[in-house]
Amino acid sequence: MLKYTFRRIISGTLVLGIVSAIVFAIFYILPSDPARLACGKSCTPDLVARIQVALELDQPLPIQYGRFIKGIFVGRTYLGNTDASRECGAPCLGYSYQTDLPVTELLLDRLPATLSIAVGASILWLLIGLSSGIISALRRGTWIDRTSQGFALAAASLQIYFVGLILQFIFVDKLAWLPMPGYTSPFDYPMDWAKQMVLPWVTLAFLLSAIYSRLTRSGMIETMGEDFVRTARAKGLSSRDINLKHVLRAAMTPIVTVFGLDLGSLLGGAVITEYVFNIPGLGKLSTEAVTNLDLPVVTGTVLFAAFFIITANIVVDLLYSVLDPKVRLT
Amino acid sequence: MTTTNSPILSVQGLTKHFPGGREGFFGKRDVVQAVDGVTFDVAPGEALGLVGESGCGKSTTGRLITRLLEPTAGSVVFEGQDISHFSNAQMQPIRTQLQMIFQDPYASLNPRHTVGTIVSTPFKINKVTPEGGVKKRVQEILEIVGLNPEHYNRYPHEFSGGQRQRIGIARALALRPKLIVADEPVSALDVSIQAQIINLMKDLQKDFGLTFVFIAHDLAVVRHFAQRVAVMYLGNIVEIADRDTLYATPKHPYTKALLSAVPEADPDAVGARERIRLTGDVPNPINPPSGCRFRTRCWKAADICATQAPALLQIGKTQVACHFPE
Amino acid sequence: MSAFLEVKNLSVAFPTEDGVVQAVDSLSFSVEKGKTLGIVGESGSGKSVTSLAILGLQKGSRAKVSGQIWVDGNEIVAASESEVRKLRGKAMSMIFQDALAALHPYYTVGHQIAEAYLVHNDVSKKAAMARAVEMLDRVGIPEPHKRVNDFPHQFSGGMRQRAMIAMALSCNPSLLIADEPTTALDVTVQAQILELLRDLQKEFGTAIILITHDLGVVAETADDILLMYAGKQIEYGTVRDVLQVPQHPYAWGLLTSIPRLTGDPNLALTAIQGAPPSLISVPSGCAFHPRCTYVDNVGAACSTLIPELIPVSEGKHHSVRCHMSAKVREQLFTSQVAPHL
Repeated sequence: MLKYTFRRIISGTLVLGIVSAIVFAIFYILPSDPARLACGKSCTPDLVARIQVALELDQPLPIQYGRFIKGIFVGRTYLGNTDASRECGAPCLGYSYQTDLPVTELLLDRLPATLSIAVGASILWLLIGLSSGIISALRRGTWIDRTSQGFALAAASLQIYFVGLILQFIFVDKLAWLPMPGYTSPFDYPMDWAKQMVLPWVTLAFLLSAIYSRLTRSGMIETMGEDFVRTARAKGLSSRDINLKHVLRAAMTPIVTVFGLDLGSLLGGAVITEYVFNIPGLGKLSTEAVTNLDLPVVTGTVLFAAFFIITANIVVDLLYSVLDPKVRLT
Repeated sequence: MTTTNSPILSVQGLTKHFPGGREGFFGKRDVVQAVDGVTFDVAPGEALGLVGESGCGKSTTGRLITRLLEPTAGSVVFEGQDISHFSNAQMQPIRTQLQMIFQDPYASLNPRHTVGTIVSTPFKINKVTPEGGVKKRVQEILEIVGLNPEHYNRYPHEFSGGQRQRIGIARALALRPKLIVADEPVSALDVSIQAQIINLMKDLQKDFGLTFVFIAHDLAVVRHFAQRVAVMYLGNIVEIADRDTLYATPKHPYTKALLSAVPEADPDAVGARERIRLTGDVPNPINPPSGCRFRTRCWKAADICATQAPALLQIGKTQVACHFPE
Repeated sequence: MSAFLEVKNLSVAFPTEDGVVQAVDSLSFSVEKGKTLGIVGESGSGKSVTSLAILGLQKGSRAKVSGQIWVDGNEIVAASESEVRKLRGKAMSMIFQDALAALHPYYTVGHQIAEAYLVHNDVSKKAAMARAVEMLDRVGIPEPHKRVNDFPHQFSGGMRQRAMIAMALSCNPSLLIADEPTTALDVTVQAQILELLRDLQKEFGTAIILITHDLGVVAETADDILLMYAGKQIEYGTVRDVLQVPQHPYAWGLLTSIPRLTGDPNLALTAIQGAPPSLISVPSGCAFHPRCTYVDNVGAACSTLIPELIPVSEGKHHSVRCHMSAKVREQLFTSQVAPHL
């Protein structure tokens, strides 16, 4: 298992390397001139030339990429375009063209907001999705099942920006029960943090609990038809034991997989939710960076998101071997 | 049984190892020794039965003969040509001569194709146009295997298991092959249907002079179909003889045990027969026992069995691989 | 009523979109303690549905079960789910064809046996695990104290079926239903399992219902045979009677169509024409009539009237559903069937 984890970390790192190379290549091969973008409004040809040297854009692409990778692991030194050189410590992802701040700092600055959304929403959607899915499966064909699954189908087909805006209109603008969503540190003002996060949580959970409810229901119903459930009944177990210990236990495994991947991709930035509610998270950062063609930040957010997804993948696979004894990690 | 004609199929030292899981990070990859040094000939017009329990390598042998798999070692010589390592292109003309019937008549037919399409596919793949056109020929074949030619446009799900197996047989017959490898063709069928299919294949063998390699786990079924029988255990042939000799005087302890384990639908025979109860299951082919692979379940096993693998030797009319044959 | 298990007029029907499927139709039989009844039939004959009905496993499903099932003085069909649940696993238990699918993949073999024991016995988990080890040992699993912690996939096919038997017998049930227990196994392993069942039966006096399609397996293990076709019992009697003087043309067909290890292998097998009917469209009258070679001996009745289950001779425990008279049957059997046996 340790060897397996080790191997997966190595291969995950390799994948990250490939992702970074592709992102790097795409952005730097694009027709737009990064130096012109970094130059700002009051730009002169002279300044552009100086920036090109400072950002090492005059170097061949492989060398640029090599230095970029070196920056991540050991840090790098930039020549200043105006004054002395700048030391960028590891992990260095370069400087934003827009704000001239280190990308690493920007990312870490935005992480808590995204983390808040992702963790809070996932607890909510797991609670709602799993419980409604289980109830639906157990009461299959009854009005409870039909109502909850009909609701789930409707919810799954609604878009986040639509639900988000409606909820915000009702609870913030009309009823004024909640403040405008945003982010305050939960360590300083926990109540404000929670109040501001409620809408993003509910909005995200709205869609995802619908999906998880359907997933749980179909998983449970499929498992109920398995031979081992018939065996459990033949043993004389009560239906409660059968449903909890035999059916749910088997139906949970695929859900754990999906959940790990969902959480992983959400940690890279809940793009639409953050955008709708104007929350300064990683998703907001990446959309801003893309609009402004702030290439170092775009590269940074993509890499960060890829990192979370790959990590989630490894964790899920490790967890899977715990949940399913048939899975042997070699 | 030696025939004066040269064999239509000659298998020499046939071996197939599948890669298994890996032991640890830098460890060696496990090797599943599915078939290990199998040698036999099949004469034209003969039906050779290949029997054994699960994991004995009989199906893998069938797939090696029809070159659905490539052997790790050894050779498959079909009509004088060594086809062991032929490419798909090279196999193309051979495939018209060499067909396969599968066990599961449900899984081996494409549910979205009509019977006509299924049976005419071999013509299309091999770009053969029979006299009178494909459709006419296909309908002829359907009639030969006992299906209504008007069912040309029906789909597999509209047929019962036995009829589906007839479709599989029709497909195999389409190009008038010389050799058919039938892999457990009746084991998925109801008892009352099995006899229909066995009889049909027997008639086909007679009428068209077909050669069969008949793979099955059921010794009674093989007895009714094959003229010569090879018994396999864990990738090896342990005994091969003509049918009457093998069933009357089995020489290998495994053959004997296998025969005694077959339940007979005759209450009088139940007490009368000698019973040999083997202990345990067939060992894992990843790590087969040293020497004679059967020794772990054999009541005759002695020291030599663990150290030396017995060769397949001629004793009377039988070839048997055992240090202590009956 | 002396028999341990007594089934009277059992019928099981499933309403479907294509109409009502009569999976089992007025079945009556009994099994004494220490005896084995073999229920024989092909796919769709209703043999598995019968076994599930005896365990009351169709309760709560859409199946309509009627008739009476008496197990040790308890009636199952009319009883509530909670009453039957107390009997399941304790008074009667079941083993299934595919042990790999029938065991939970995520729990150890020991856990699953202990669970069966815990439901009906007020003991500690430790005591239940000890019982699991004891049972694994009893069914011939080597090193049971170690293997008890293995998962089903770590067992071989034969060992899994042994583990299933250990689980089914953990509470010393008086009735064991074995649904094709050896069909998925190799012949040498099948022989081991059948022997194990016989030994355990001798030791515990269990009544066994063995469901199978294999007449050989029945011949070796059962005392009585119940032959089913399209949901009905068409012949019922002792193994010796049914296999040696079979009465129903379907039984004749089965017995002459199975390949055997004795007799002339060059003779063609006498196949039964056609295929078993789908339960959605069971032929009228005698369900076997479209496949029967002897309908001409009777006439229209075969396709219009369902034959009654009648004793072969007065007071004999051997009955058959066929329109032909006993005399005609005897004549046909000796002249046309017996030579092929």
